[in-house]
Formats: sequence, structure tokens, C-alpha cells
Amino acid sequence: MLLIPCPWCGPRSQIEFTYGGDANAKRPAPGAPEAVWYAYVYLRDNPAGPHAERWLHSAGCRQWFEVRRDTRTHEILGCARPGETLPGAPA
Amino acid sequence: MTQSHRLPEGGIVDRSRPLRFSFDGAPYEGYAGDTLASALLANGVHLVGRSFKYHRPRGIATAGVEEPNALLQIDVGARTEPNVRASVFPLREGLVAASQNRWPSLSLDAGAVNDVASRLIPAGFYYKTFMWPATSKAWLRYEHVIRHAAGMGRSANAPDPDHYEHQHAHCDVMVIGAGPAGLAAARAAAMTGARVILCDEHPVFGGSLVGASAMVDDGPAAAWIDATTRELKGSSLVTLLLRTTAFGHYDDNLIGLIECVGEDSADGAPRERLWKVRAKSVVLASGAHERAIAYANNDLPGTLLAGAARTYIDRYAVRPGSRAVVFTNNDSAYAAALALQRAGVAVAAVIDPRPDAAIDGQWPREARAAGLPIVPGAAVARAHGRLRVRAVDVVPLSGGAGRRIECDVVCVSGGWNPAVHLFSQARGRLRYDAEHATFVPGSALSQMTPAGAANGRFGLAAALDDGHAAGIEAAYRAGFAAASAPQPPRAAAIATGALQPLWSVPTTRKGDKRFVDLQNDVTVADIALAAREGYRSVEHLKRYTTLGMGTDQGKLSNVVGLALLAEVTGRSIPEVGTTTFRPPYSPVTLGAIPGHATGKEMEPTRCTAMHDWHAERGARFVNTGLWKRPHSYPRAGESPDDAANREATNVRSRVGIVDVSTLGKIELQGNDVAEFLNRAYINRWDTLAVGRCRYGVMLRDDGMVLDDGTTSRLAPTHYLMTTTTVNAVKVMQHLQHLLQIDWPELEVFATSVTEQWAAAALSGPDARRVLAKIVDIDVSNGAFAFLAVRECRVSGANGEIPARVFRMSYSGELAFEIHVPADRGRAMWEAVIAAGEEFGIMPYGTEAMSTLRIEKGHVVIGPEADGRTTADDLGMGSLVNAAKWCIGKPMLARAALSAPDRWQLVGLTAQDGAIMPRGAKIVADPDHALPNPMLGHVTSWCWSPNLDAWIALALVANGRQRHGETLWAVSPLANAKVRVTVGPPCFIDPEGGRLRV
Repeated sequence: MLLIPCPWCGPRSQIEFTYGGDANAKRPAPGAPEAVWYAYVYLRDNPAGPHAERWLHSAGCRQWFEVRRDTRTHEILGCARPGETLPGAPA
Repeated sequence: MTQSHRLPEGGIVDRSRPLRFSFDGAPYEGYAGDTLASALLANGVHLVGRSFKYHRPRGIATAGVEEPNALLQIDVGARTEPNVRASVFPLREGLVAASQNRWPSLSLDAGAVNDVASRLIPAGFYYKTFMWPATSKAWLRYEHVIRHAAGMGRSANAPDPDHYEHQHAHCDVMVIGAGPAGLAAARAAAMTGARVILCDEHPVFGGSLVGASAMVDDGPAAAWIDATTRELKGSSLVTLLLRTTAFGHYDDNLIGLIECVGEDSADGAPRERLWKVRAKSVVLASGAHERAIAYANNDLPGTLLAGAARTYIDRYAVRPGSRAVVFTNNDSAYAAALALQRAGVAVAAVIDPRPDAAIDGQWPREARAAGLPIVPGAAVARAHGRLRVRAVDVVPLSGGAGRRIECDVVCVSGGWNPAVHLFSQARGRLRYDAEHATFVPGSALSQMTPAGAANGRFGLAAALDDGHAAGIEAAYRAGFAAASAPQPPRAAAIATGALQPLWSVPTTRKGDKRFVDLQNDVTVADIALAAREGYRSVEHLKRYTTLGMGTDQGKLSNVVGLALLAEVTGRSIPEVGTTTFRPPYSPVTLGAIPGHATGKEMEPTRCTAMHDWHAERGARFVNTGLWKRPHSYPRAGESPDDAANREATNVRSRVGIVDVSTLGKIELQGNDVAEFLNRAYINRWDTLAVGRCRYGVMLRDDGMVLDDGTTSRLAPTHYLMTTTTVNAVKVMQHLQHLLQIDWPELEVFATSVTEQWAAAALSGPDARRVLAKIVDIDVSNGAFAFLAVRECRVSGANGEIPARVFRMSYSGELAFEIHVPADRGRAMWEAVIAAGEEFGIMPYGTEAMSTLRIEKGHVVIGPEADGRTTADDLGMGSLVNAAKWCIGKPMLARAALSAPDRWQLVGLTAQDGAIMPRGAKIVADPDHALPNPMLGHVTSWCWSPNLDAWIALALVANGRQRHGETLWAVSPLANAKVRVTVGPPCFIDPEGGRLRV
């Protein structure tokens, strides 16, 4: 069970959170071509290593935020509020 | 028989507290402080079980959690427990224990024919044999017989009368194991001011030091254990847990502990307590397990590990036999030989494969000085005996004639394996340590520090030193540093000679069994066979032979097994590697995992404000998510279905009321709500006037329907959205994602108010007349139009209640939804019921509600909107506003989503008075050869009391073009085929005249 550092509440057990998928998926502009929408809806990377993802502190402050987690070790490399830079980006 | 093998003094047993117990029906006596195994050995009982596959007689082999043989059935009735390791189970008064896997008795077991016939059942025999003939279900027939012959104890067949609880804890330093290394670590860590939790699976502190004659800090070990534990107990920062096993390491240093609490303690205590400890840093001082050496008949009762023999003597004051042979490839067993001699056991010989010159450590020298006969350069090749060992054949490794030595106990040591399980679970890498011929922690972990024997640092002096250093290091990693460097506890170092690896002793006699895994009956020959058949990977070896797959998880056998695999495949041991260590370290009672979360407490129960009223009226409830909703209100002698039909008929003819409090309710406020709704729903919201409601449909990004519901505009910047009951949480999450991540620029505040409002829908031709009696507003059609919302006060027997009333309808009749603050829900409900009495009002449940909505062709998220249907499939394509963008719209442009063979929503009416089969498929010809092409399926169906027919909603290929056609609803499982007429989904009042009156 992960210990997830909520940027508002501090570290909390994973049981309080809901996973929200790949944080790299950014909603396209309404008029974006179908191919862009298709990629947004269906295409995801499946990296072995650091992965930016969204979590919702669903049993806490109800805020969405971003977490960078190493999918091989579950190590959490950083977290950020929406609009902030997510630390721990691979060099 | 009264403790014939108990020593007159020594040990930690309490001789003033005798405990009576029985084993296989015979009465015995032991002492408080005994384990079941030590009490049996105190009575001279070695034979305690039959083996898993060959039904060979087996005795107590160890003194710890790694026990492969002494697995007993404890207690009777509902509390009976199988496969209990006698070597760790504390004796208690009146304990009833029985052996397993034998018939008719332990000493005369019919299943032992498997041993004679063992050449017919080698490793993997069932894969090869019982799959034949391949075309039949042969395995299913064979399995029944095999399961009876193999296997272990029996589980209880009554509900568990005990209870279990969970405890969450946090600490700076978690120390696992309270032997010398663990005690030293806990003491050092506590000195820094860190919060420490120290646990040990045994009922006493001290680990290998318990009862031992060693000296620590120039005093007896027992005095040091006492002083250290007193010091730890005196600290408010330290939590001490005995009889508590750390069974698993999980992400971010979450440690699972299982504490035995109530087996012998006061009433009301839980039987076990599961701890979830989040530790900043962990010291793993879990010690080491001794391993055996494989020789012929090395499983005879009377054979045990040398360290176990020493533990039984030192800790429990039990003599394991009268005449012992010690067989060892390392120095540690010489300490056991000396203990045996001190306990009055004749040591017939110490057999050691090492040359005489290499046997020169401190203990061997003491053994020599004590006159113990040492046989260097030799090995035990075979044991003799039937139910107990009575002699061993000793052979020189250089060849030549062997000799037979009479004995009734054989103490074996093949070396020691650090208990690295939790280190490995924490993703630590292991390294092969050639000096000790075993795997030791080989990488540094930031969150865990192995110490003592678990770290490959064997011997008391090294354990104390390493434990002390680990405690300081772990505390430092948790942010604590010692003010002044405390002194580590000291013990004299014992000079030891090198171990000489010896995994098995060769045999030339066919049929000899040299056991590697005693619990699963895996022999040296089985490993060789697996290697010959190509199972060269240690993971494959494990699965093919079942090596290490018993309840002991190979604590004795794994390293021996992989060393033998290395031998037969000509590789080095590190090349073969280990299998993966996974939690649990030792078996965990299933009941402890849910704890109190069983039965009614398995998940929360959500009840509406009107729940008690429903229950008092005999409502039959149905689960909707976590909610309890009334299914129907059967009267005396009435079936639930008849009740639902009565309720549904009453709504169409008079008036009914249904509890809709479970609908998701979300308040939306802010300047940009209209724009937000425009983006979230397929239809338009900026045109919605204050005081009006509108039905809306939300799509997922892929264009499929996500949810539906009504949203009302209460004030210019204040809206109330309702969602379906099941999707309330999902929709709230979705909206918060949109507002926080996607469109933070929108000024919208979303608040879930599902729990804050109770709601009831009042529907039927008389609904207005009922409502008019209790509200303070004009509810005429002119003043309160369809799809309007009004704030008002409902007056009832207990005063006035502020309410929001919505004129909307799910049933298709004239209807109003009344929302009041949740704590006034019952008062509102009772006011409506009282007002409706003269009109024949009846409450109705979800079943009648479902019938009414099927009659109206209203879709439900789930059956009709099943995640593969678009709004157009459901007949709501016209709701998708062409002038604006919304979520899901870009993907709707895909050609496949408007293909002519899309499954579309239709209504079906059963012909010939037939009953609509459950879960039916739609086909054109029910007698078509299989596979019969499927045109669609029924999504919802019911008996319609208002149409006097079975009707259904269905998704049918190109359904809208098929109105008027006759198709078939078939259910091969129910052997049913029914002719159905296809039509529009709405069966009643398609123009909607009834709702607008």
C-alpha cells in the first residue's frame, strides 16, 4: 500500500485515494482534429520507470493532483498541484 | 506417561503449572511455557504425523515456524484448526490435538502403500498420468481420489466463533525479531528518541539466547535480556509485541504483523490482531533457519535439526532422546552436541564430513575435551527404523566400509540460511555467501537494515554488534541521532571453523528416499528427474516438483533444493538463484485479514431518512450500491412481485410515492455553471431559465453514454444536478477532474449534497391533489408547469418543512419530486402519506418503479447504457446539440458510430401470452443451426400490469427500422424461445399527455 504525498494534506495511505490515469493525457482543444482526440482518448504509454499520473484524494480533500511514480518500484518521485511543475522528471 | 523426558532443572517452563492435554486421544502433561511440540517430546512422543504424499511416519523436526512435519489438528468443533505448527503453538490446559493425514491410525496407516508404490508416482506424476484420456474429464474423477489420499487437516465446518481486529500504527523504527540483534537494535534506536515497535513471534524475548548459557556484558544472557526488556518497557516511546509475526513487507514500509492474542486469554479478546505498521525505517533481525542434509530415510521420527535439539534442551528442558548421533558440516552443531551431553543424552558420535584438521573451532575443541567421539571425513548415509530411528549407517567420504551406530535421535545441521524473506519482499537483492554457503542480503536498502544472523552475521558477538549498529542507522534514517554514542552490548567472540557445503549424501540403493522438502515429499531423485526433463529454472523446478510450496514455504528446503539443482545441471548456486519471496512469511489466519469487516460490517450500509418507515411497513429491501432501497411493500400473504404489480397499477390509476433519496445530488454554483453544463452535457443549458429543470445526458470522452439525470436552475448562478444512484460518486469525480484539471478557468463550485437531502417522487393522476393539501404554493398546471422547480414549505403533523419541489416524471404520470433536508425526510414522507390517504396513495418500491419506466421506455445506466451505447443508439440522438461542443462529441463523428447495423433501443412485446425469458438474446430464427446469428439482446424486461403482457426493452441491430417485425427472444440456458413484436421503446402515452396535465 503506497504512501501518497497529497500536496494539500501530506502523506496519506493509498486507501484514501482514487487513481486517475496518465497525467500526460491533456484534454485537446474542442476543435482539435480527430486524430488528436483519438490519441487523447485511447493511446497511453506504458513505461517501465517514472510515470506521471493523476490521483484524487477522494476520501480526503477531494483534490486532483499529479504524482510521479516509478512503475517498477512504486517509488514516488514527486507530486504537484494542478498547474505546478511535477518534480522528478527523467533527465 | 508423565514427562519421562523432562530435565529436572533449566529452561523457561513453569514446573509449578502443569497443563494437561491430549494427543490422538491419549492424555499427556506438560508445563506452562511449553509449546505443543516440546510437551510431546517431554513425553517421549516423536511420531506426530504422516507425510503428504507417501504417508511416511514423521516426527518433530524443528523448534520453530519452519516446521514441515509436526502439523496438527487443534481443538474440535467450530474452533478446530488444521495444520497448526506444534513447534510454535503454546500449550494450554485441556488442549486437544490430533495427527493428520492418516487412516486408520498414526502408527498403522493404510495410505503408506504410496510409499511402497512410490516408483509409480514420481514428481509431476499427476501431470503425466491423470490427464489421460485427454478427451474425457478424467482429471475431475481422479482428483476426488487424490485429494482424499493427499492433503492435510480438515477445516472447521461451522462459522468461526472468534473475532479478529485490526490495528494501525506508525513508528520511526520497526524492529522485527527480539533475539540478541533485535534487542540490541531496539535499545540503540530507542536511545535516540525514536518511536520504536519491537515484535517477535515467540512468547518470550531473547530469541536464540533464551535458556542459553552464553554471557553478555559479563553477566548471564538471561540477566541481559531482563535488563534490556525492562529498559524498553520503561520507555513510553517503545511498543513491545510478543507472539507477533511480521508476515509481510509492502510498499513504503508498510509492515503486516499478526499478533496472537486470545487463544488462552480472557473472554472478549480477539483471537488475533492484524497490525498495519507504517515505519520510517525497519531493522530486520529475523534470525536464520537451520537446514538439513539429505540422506536415505532422513525423515524418520527422531530426526531433528541440531539447533532444534539445543532449543528443546535449553529453552524447554526436554531431552529429545537417549542416544544421539549428531551429523553436521559446521561448528554450530557441536554446541548442540555439548548441550545433549549436559542433558544426559549419550552422544554416540558426531559425524562431520570435514577433515579432522578443519574441525578446530572453539565448540569442536570443547566437544573433544568433553570426550565426545568425533568421526571426521564421514557422513550419515542411511537411517534405519520404522516409526522411530534406531540406527544410522555412517560411511567415510573417501570410500570404504561404513558402520552402523545405534541411536534414537539424529541431530542434523547442514548450515544456516538467513531469514531474508522480508528483505527480499522489500526488493533487496540477495548475494551468495560462499563462506556460509547461503544467500545473504546483498544490496543496501534505504528503508530497511538487516542485522545479525538475518544479515549473515552469525554468532552472538556479531549479532549484538550488528544489531546495535543497525538500530543507530535505522534511527538516523528516520531522522534521529544519538546525543552520545551508546556502547553496544558485548559478548565474547567464538572462533569457528569454515563450513563444508554438503547437500546430500550419495546412495547407490534404488528406492532410497533422501528428502529435501519434508512437507511436500520432494526427494533428491525428484530434483534430478525434473532437471532431466528440462526444468532447469528454479521457478519451474518449484512448480513441477512442488518443492517449497507447502505451508512452510520451503524454509528448510529451498536452498538445499536449488543447490542440488545447481549440482545436477552443472551450474553454480548463484547462477541458479532463488525463487521469489512473497508474503506471507508464515501462514496468516484468513479471519484476521478481514478483521471485523465481515457479515454486516463487510461494507457500510446506507439508509435513507425514510428507511425506518419502510421497514416498519414490511418493505422488502434491495441493495443498490451500498444503499438499501425498498423493492416493494408486500402485504400479508402477498408475494413481492404481486406487491410490485399492485403498486405499479396504483401509480397509473391513482397515486403512489417512492423514495428517491439515493439519487446523486450535486450543487453547482458560480458564474460559469451554464458554460460548464454546456460542455459536460450533450444538450444546451445556457437557455435554461431560472426555476426550470431539464433532462441531460453526459458522455464519456469516447462518445458513449456516461450518465443521465435532471439539472435545475435554482438561481442565476445556482444549479442542482442529479445523477443516477450508482454513478453518484463517479460523476462527482468526473466533474471535479474537469474543474480542477481541465478547465480551472471556469468559476464553478461543485458540492455533493446527496446525503443532505431526502427526496420522494409523488406520481399518479391524483398527485397534484395530494400535493396541494400540504404545500403553501399554487401547484396548478398554469402556476407550476411541467419541468419547473419551486421552493415552498410542506406542512405536516410536526410543523412546516422547507422544500424544493420539482415537477418532473420518471413514471410517465403527473409527478412531483419533493426534496427536503435529510433530517426532515420522514416527516415530509408521512405528511404526503397522510394527505394521500383519501386518494388511495400507496408507497412503491424499485420494482414498481422499474416496471413504470420500462413501460415508458426510459433507459437506465447499466442495462441499456452499458458503456457501448451512444445517445443515438438509445433514441436520444436529437438531444446532441449541433451548435455547441461537448465532451464525447469529437469521437461521435466516427463512421462506425452511425453505421446502419448499430444496436438500437426498441420495445418488445411477447406474443402468445408467453413469459419473456431472463437475459434473452434476439434472433430471427430460433431453430437456426448454431451459431445462431445474434441480432441483439434484451436489456430490461417485466410483466406490465398496465398492458397485461410481458414487455422488454432491447438493443437490436438496426432496431428502429424493424418496428412491426416479429423476432425471437431465446434463452438456450432456460430452453426458452418466445416470439416477440418489435416496436418503439415507449409503450404508454408516447405523446406525454399524462405528464403535462
